[in-house]
Amino acid sequence: MSNTATAKKKNGFLAGTANYVDERVGVAGVLKEFGRKIFPDHWSFMLGEVALYSFLVLLLSGTFLTFFFQPSMTDVIYNGVYAPLKGAHMSIAYASSLDISFEVRGGLLMRQVHHWSALLFVAAAGLHMLRVFFTGAFRKPRELNWVVGFVLFVLGMAAGFTGYSLPDDLLSGNGLRIIDGMIKGVPFIGTWISSLLFGGEFPGHSIVGRLYSLHIMLVPALILVFLAIHLVMLVLHKHTHYSAAGRKDSNIVGYPLMPVYVAKAGGFFFIVFGVIMLIASFFTINPIWNYGGYDPSPVSAGTQPDWYIGWLDGALRLAPSHLEFMAGNVTVSMNILLPLIISLVFLALVALYPFFENWVTGDKREHHVLDRPRNAPVRTAIGAAGVTFYAVLWAGASTDLIATNFKMSLNQVLLTMQVSLIILPIVAFVVTKRICLALQRKDQEIALHGRESGRIVRLPHGEYIEVHEAANEYDLFKLVDYKDYQPTLARPNAQGKITIRARMRAAASSFYFKDSVSPTTQTAIEANAHHAHEIEEQVQKAIENQK
Amino acid sequence: MQILKKKLNGLRRSPKALVIILFAGLLAVGTGYTAVSAAMSASPQAASHSAAQVTYGKKLFLSNCASCHGKNAEGTANAPTLIGVGEASVDFQVSTGRMPGAASGPQLQVKPVQFTNDQIAAMAAYVGSLATGPAIPGIAYTAGNGDAQKGGQLFRINCAMCHNAAGQGGALTEGKYAPALMHSSAKTIAEAMILGPQNMPVFNDANLTPQEKNDIITYLQYLQTHSSAGGDELGGLGPVTEGLLAWLGLLGLIIAITIWLGAKSN
Repeated sequence: MSNTATAKKKNGFLAGTANYVDERVGVAGVLKEFGRKIFPDHWSFMLGEVALYSFLVLLLSGTFLTFFFQPSMTDVIYNGVYAPLKGAHMSIAYASSLDISFEVRGGLLMRQVHHWSALLFVAAAGLHMLRVFFTGAFRKPRELNWVVGFVLFVLGMAAGFTGYSLPDDLLSGNGLRIIDGMIKGVPFIGTWISSLLFGGEFPGHSIVGRLYSLHIMLVPALILVFLAIHLVMLVLHKHTHYSAAGRKDSNIVGYPLMPVYVAKAGGFFFIVFGVIMLIASFFTINPIWNYGGYDPSPVSAGTQPDWYIGWLDGALRLAPSHLEFMAGNVTVSMNILLPLIISLVFLALVALYPFFENWVTGDKREHHVLDRPRNAPVRTAIGAAGVTFYAVLWAGASTDLIATNFKMSLNQVLLTMQVSLIILPIVAFVVTKRICLALQRKDQEIALHGRESGRIVRLPHGEYIEVHEAANEYDLFKLVDYKDYQPTLARPNAQGKITIRARMRAAASSFYFKDSVSPTTQTAIEANAHHAHEIEEQVQKAIENQK
Repeated sequence: MQILKKKLNGLRRSPKALVIILFAGLLAVGTGYTAVSAAMSASPQAASHSAAQVTYGKKLFLSNCASCHGKNAEGTANAPTLIGVGEASVDFQVSTGRMPGAASGPQLQVKPVQFTNDQIAAMAAYVGSLATGPAIPGIAYTAGNGDAQKGGQLFRINCAMCHNAAGQGGALTEGKYAPALMHSSAKTIAEAMILGPQNMPVFNDANLTPQEKNDIITYLQYLQTHSSAGGDELGGLGPVTEGLLAWLGLLGLIIAITIWLGAKSN
């Protein structure tokens, strides 16, 4: 009796509070809408979540670090506990980074958590982008959200780079010097921009403070804004799902946010946090004490940036030398400009791809069922080529380590990579497309004739057949449920003229779809099922006759 | 259908969980292995040379070195003369296993040492007796009791561009390289600075005083004997191995978990 009374009272308090809040800010409507948002289950849908959670870990650990870090380049004499630097001249920024590492309780762990989660943030975001790309999740209505996600990825790189340079150690200083060189390589405006950024000649006395402002205010604020847009759009568009029985472009199959996904996602946050903690406890990252404070005169061998900047460093390393020339009295450093241009073009292609594909297909329908990569062979092949191009640039950033660790000649490693940068994406394109088409044909084969069962039967007239097991109806969805695109023809416009634009579009359409494998039709499946049934009858008869 | 469902339910316990455990296990074993680093070995100083030692050295020289360096160490088309290279040179090349060389290439490789300390000392005495040359550096260079801070600074200015700021080595052109210094003895490092073997420039005593060489060695010995405060150093190679672990270890582990979580609800 008393139990129910307390329960009632509690309920009364909760209901009362809920009512209080609802009457003032109308939270019920939001909760009703948002709480019923459906999330489908698939591991690949969690990659974006991983990026989000590592960003939260970044905010938490970063806040801790701001309590102790001092972004000043004023010269001090180090008098901390790290013996090999005792008495050395260094900037306050570097000294306070050393103090965080050696003297602040939990400081080194927090630094390592912060750095590892930064690497994870960009990696998870990148992998999430690849998932979205290869499953065609960027198609209408999600093109703009792809662009927002792309901006987030670039902001992630910016956040990483500005943070990487803050400790003012030799390694990050070397990296900053490369950036300075790249900026100065831009004709006409380069030297001015460099001077503006560094407040005079490199390295100056302001860059750490400026990067710090960017790193803890502007860049994270922008990331938060774009993250908010990204998530609002995610709610607006509803989630995508993989094709299966009952899943259509007009519905969404999964579990609601409240209460299932709140619990799941909340738990997953702690798993991500836990794994970061685990790695940060056992593995050193960026041992700044090994590098010493920044001094423009020494340059260390084996200087690499963090992985997400690696592809840009690789582009610089792979650029052929001797491309410099004079235009009037201006030096044009193509060995710097070429990698810069190639990187920017690559980024632009990534950002604009959804619009390009939409132009090629002319498809104005909304798509909520994801493509299996094989069912969009040319897109998948383009993706594979892009990944390969990026990967070669990425590997290019460690030419020296590849040479020393695998006992090869640096020059030959470099040459191999220069050639690979052009050849391998083409190879990747061709091979991937062929694999996709082959997999599509295999799907078709399974849809029509079923799986080989391995059961060999001899019919009364002596013929041997292998019995095929028809795919069940649920599995069939996956095999046949995809859009069929055919190459479009260049059509004349109202003036009866075929424009160059129309011709280009027809050419692109043919490039995409000329050898596409159409989905297996219901009629074809039924006809084959009938045929299979006849064989099965023959088999049964034969078995009975034997008895 | 029922069978399929059962099968998927079973997956949650066995194979996928197994993959995660296997992965964690491999990660632990792999990193544990690399974490174990061999302690550096100190070599005793070469003894004063008697005539007998020089004779013994000559005998060893004739049977092990003369085929390339010539019967009187005058050099051949395949190898340089050793007259005037000094005892330090013989000690450096032979006590690190670089000599006798196994094959000609861009650079002599460090190999298991082929001779005992007595034999090396004898050969050094013989080559030293041919003409004056750099002697094996004494305690003033190798004591390791210098100023590590100053040594670190000198190291970054003079050595880091080839040997890396953390002494992990680096690549040079056409297959040549600056070796890692994490397992080099004080004597080897001092000899290398004095001699400038292979592609290394000479740092003579006017360039870096014996005390400064001692400082550099003190700094390197600090790095050799102190492991990172932050856990395993991942080979000390910096962002490349860190990126590798971030992708394969960190993200890989998390993806393994997502697959496990995803499999549960199917």
